[in-house]
Amino acid sequence: MAVKDLTIPSTIFLLTIQNNMEHIVIIGNGISGVTLARHIRKLSDKKITLISGETKYFFSRTALMYVYMGHMKFEHTQPYENWFWKKNRIELKLGYVKSVQTKSKTLHFNSGETLQYDKLVIATGSKPNKFGWPGQDLDGVMGMYHKQDLENLEIYAPNNETCKRAVIVGGGLIGIELAEMLNSRSIPVTFLVRESSFWNGVLPEGESAMINRHIINHHIDLRLSTNLREINADENGKVKSVIIHETGEELACDVVGLTAGVSPNIDFLQNSEIETGRGVKVNRYLETNIKDVYAIGDCAEQHEAIGNRRPIEAVWYTGRMMGETLAQTLCGNRIKYNPGHWFNSAKFMDIEYQTYGWVHGSKGRPEYETHFHWKHKDDTKCVTIAFNKNTNEFLGINTFGIRMRHETFDKWLTEKRDVDYVINHLSEANFDPEFYATFEEQILKAYYHQLQTAI
Amino acid sequence: MSLAKPDALKITITQKVALGLGLVGLLILSLALFNVNFPNKSIILWLTLGVITIGTIIYSRGAYLTKLEGIKNDGTWFKSISSRGFWGWSAGILLTAFYIILYFYPEYLGLGKDGAENTGIIGLFDPLSQLLSGRNASQWFVYGTLYTLAILAFGYKFFLKYRHNRYQQVRTFSVMFFQLAFAFLIPEFMYVMNNDLPYYDIKSIWPLNYYIFDEWSVKGFLTAGNIGLALLVFGILSIFVITPILTYKYGKRWYCSWVCGCGGLAETAGDSFRQLSSKKLTAWKLERWLIHSVLVFSIVMTTAMIYTYLGYKSNEFWLTRGVFITSVIALLTVIFIGVMVFRHKEFGKDAKYGAIGYFAIIALLLIMHFTGTTDQLFFIKSGSLRSAYGIYIGSIFSGVIGTGFYPILGNRVWCRFGCPMAAILGFQQRLFSKFRITTNGGQCISCGNCSTYCEMGIDVRAYAQKGENIVRSSCVGCGICAAVCPRGVLKLENDSMKGRINTNEILLGNDVDLMKLVNEK
Repeated sequence: MAVKDLTIPSTIFLLTIQNNMEHIVIIGNGISGVTLARHIRKLSDKKITLISGETKYFFSRTALMYVYMGHMKFEHTQPYENWFWKKNRIELKLGYVKSVQTKSKTLHFNSGETLQYDKLVIATGSKPNKFGWPGQDLDGVMGMYHKQDLENLEIYAPNNETCKRAVIVGGGLIGIELAEMLNSRSIPVTFLVRESSFWNGVLPEGESAMINRHIINHHIDLRLSTNLREINADENGKVKSVIIHETGEELACDVVGLTAGVSPNIDFLQNSEIETGRGVKVNRYLETNIKDVYAIGDCAEQHEAIGNRRPIEAVWYTGRMMGETLAQTLCGNRIKYNPGHWFNSAKFMDIEYQTYGWVHGSKGRPEYETHFHWKHKDDTKCVTIAFNKNTNEFLGINTFGIRMRHETFDKWLTEKRDVDYVINHLSEANFDPEFYATFEEQILKAYYHQLQTAI
Repeated sequence: MSLAKPDALKITITQKVALGLGLVGLLILSLALFNVNFPNKSIILWLTLGVITIGTIIYSRGAYLTKLEGIKNDGTWFKSISSRGFWGWSAGILLTAFYIILYFYPEYLGLGKDGAENTGIIGLFDPLSQLLSGRNASQWFVYGTLYTLAILAFGYKFFLKYRHNRYQQVRTFSVMFFQLAFAFLIPEFMYVMNNDLPYYDIKSIWPLNYYIFDEWSVKGFLTAGNIGLALLVFGILSIFVITPILTYKYGKRWYCSWVCGCGGLAETAGDSFRQLSSKKLTAWKLERWLIHSVLVFSIVMTTAMIYTYLGYKSNEFWLTRGVFITSVIALLTVIFIGVMVFRHKEFGKDAKYGAIGYFAIIALLLIMHFTGTTDQLFFIKSGSLRSAYGIYIGSIFSGVIGTGFYPILGNRVWCRFGCPMAAILGFQQRLFSKFRITTNGGQCISCGNCSTYCEMGIDVRAYAQKGENIVRSSCVGCGICAAVCPRGVLKLENDSMKGRINTNEILLGNDVDLMKLVNEK
């Protein structure tokens, strides 16, 4: 090619392309927004702007706890080095979007700035729930979600002299993480859980009870079936104590953590024409009611739930999958968001938890679902296998303290294996480190024992 | 972020006493360093080593046994010693100074010159040396003793820290055993049995053991009769037969984090510093240039060394200079062509660097052959190359920087940037081994614990979050990434070669058709 001869004209040509390049603006630089941006860049040369009011660079929200615990520094939570964004021509903009005008395709920022887009993606994630408790906006009351929450916690709970006791309200995944965090700095914690057992809406009884005991073993003051009535302030407007709803007991504390779940962070869309429910309403293509506006991640709400999944899925990997999916659509290959078999994982203090397929707790368990439960005598490992009591089809597994192989369960779920097969082949799915003790034999024995007693 | 020191880091009174005990031990050692002459050296020595050990044991028990089993990294980045704070820098400077004195000014440690009595710290160790091998201590005996003690005491600490993790325990027991038996006791006993034998730690393999093929060493083996010959043959088999087989089956971890002494110290005494290794891409680039340059240097240096003491004529000894240089070039060519033919797909642009390295070695060897005389190699004095390697690589890089800089650059500086043995094992691990770290489908949440605690500076998360297995030449298989992962994403495995490196993104839980599209390049 005679490139040299065409130097000047081709430069002009390139400039024209740049100007005509479609501008994709993504609000939110969490896992959904960042995955989307990366994949659009892989597939195209479109102009990409990534907006965040929280931090300039992407970090892993799930890792914030480790910064407070001293396992990592904040920079370690950033999966990409700072040069990555420029190299991949992803523009980063720090600022809060105040409102969206879809007619003129304009974003208005708190600062008064505006930004034009060709296509807009809302990926603003969640915010902690507050249920109108008296005193919920006092100093020293916080959620544990944003980087700002972490900074707040460092102010109000740097050590057990400044924070003599912390009260956590809400027994879910973030609640137990916050308890673990405070515990790492020897700050006494009282943990108020509305349910009669920790996270028992999701976890079956045996597992939930085991986690209760594990929490208590960590010297955390776990209060089950307990609700918050109000939070009291001292003369400076800082939290002083909480009142427990059931007993009226007053607990002195310096920090209150509100961890009663999260909901979509979409207040800025209130006056826009974009349809919202609890989240931004989207179809299976992640499109909203307005042309060229999309929503992904925690803030997106499916019109109809996909399978057993909830309409709003505030899970790390679903955000990533929605980002990958929408990148295809935005780059000219319109495809549906189509998640595979459900899976998830978490860690409760020292006990790892993984789940593949569906194992229901007290909430939403179908009539045909029944469980086989095995627990190790050391009270830190257990397995629950859910199956259809009519057909024996394997429905899902919860595993605590034993790692299992995602690929294997994904395959078994696709093949619709029955529960006997799964229990007899459990060793194939083991993912624990080498030299670990294995428990498949014990589990098998317990299974046949239970079967016999059942007959 | 937090200026106030979090309270959880306060240590108990028992731990303070333990710390005091350890410091008393170190104080006695430093007094000995300043030539304080103790009466009854034997008792003082045992007392010193005893209180250091007991101090470490009590301290570790206070740190870990008071808590439930699990990952114990609370406060790692708040503690001055493990986060390049004041104590970290102090420890780094002290260690570096110690290494400089050890390697270059042993007389300050009290080494008696020209048959004079040992004094100072070396003198203090005379009774122990006498007990083991019936001779007085040298600076290397003192160093070896302290080194072994560090591996044993901190190995115990590591045991408690990972008491929920059998892989970590078995591996740590292994390095403790190999250090105590193979590096420390057996060489002393070998000397007792046959004092013609050169010091030989049989688990230390060329090119890490760069002096094994030195003239004095080879002569030493050959004059020590059958046992010497057997050891020399074992040394050659180690690198050409045993190493490739074990690395094929288990990856380079069988050596680097199970057997090797450098690895042993890094994994035990160095464990508190693993998070300090740089994970930057630039560090990885530097690493690849540096470690392979050292490898080239060591191959050329060793070949040159052997070359100088071989003869020209086959009637004296079958291995002449001509035969030797031809076989070295032939071996390298076979490896080079083999790799290019069977593994060209996995190389990409790295092949260029491999080729450059290969041709550089061959060219140097040929120049050497045609310019070499008994006195001159590469137009410089033959011994200069060897002593340059000894000083710059053997002493400064592996000792002063490699260990002295633990609290600054992390505990595997030498293993990562300098060790030529690690380079060879890594090359094989990347291309011909069953070992990999398997990523567990789509469970990764990109938290970064794995990358942070990788002592080799591998950005483990970069692979895990894509669902990609980790097959990196530098991975020593310590297994800490898998241990600290909160979601059970990583597993060290020896499996089949097929599908070991899944460069495709196969995130499970995703729509299968979508993954096909994502992987279309």
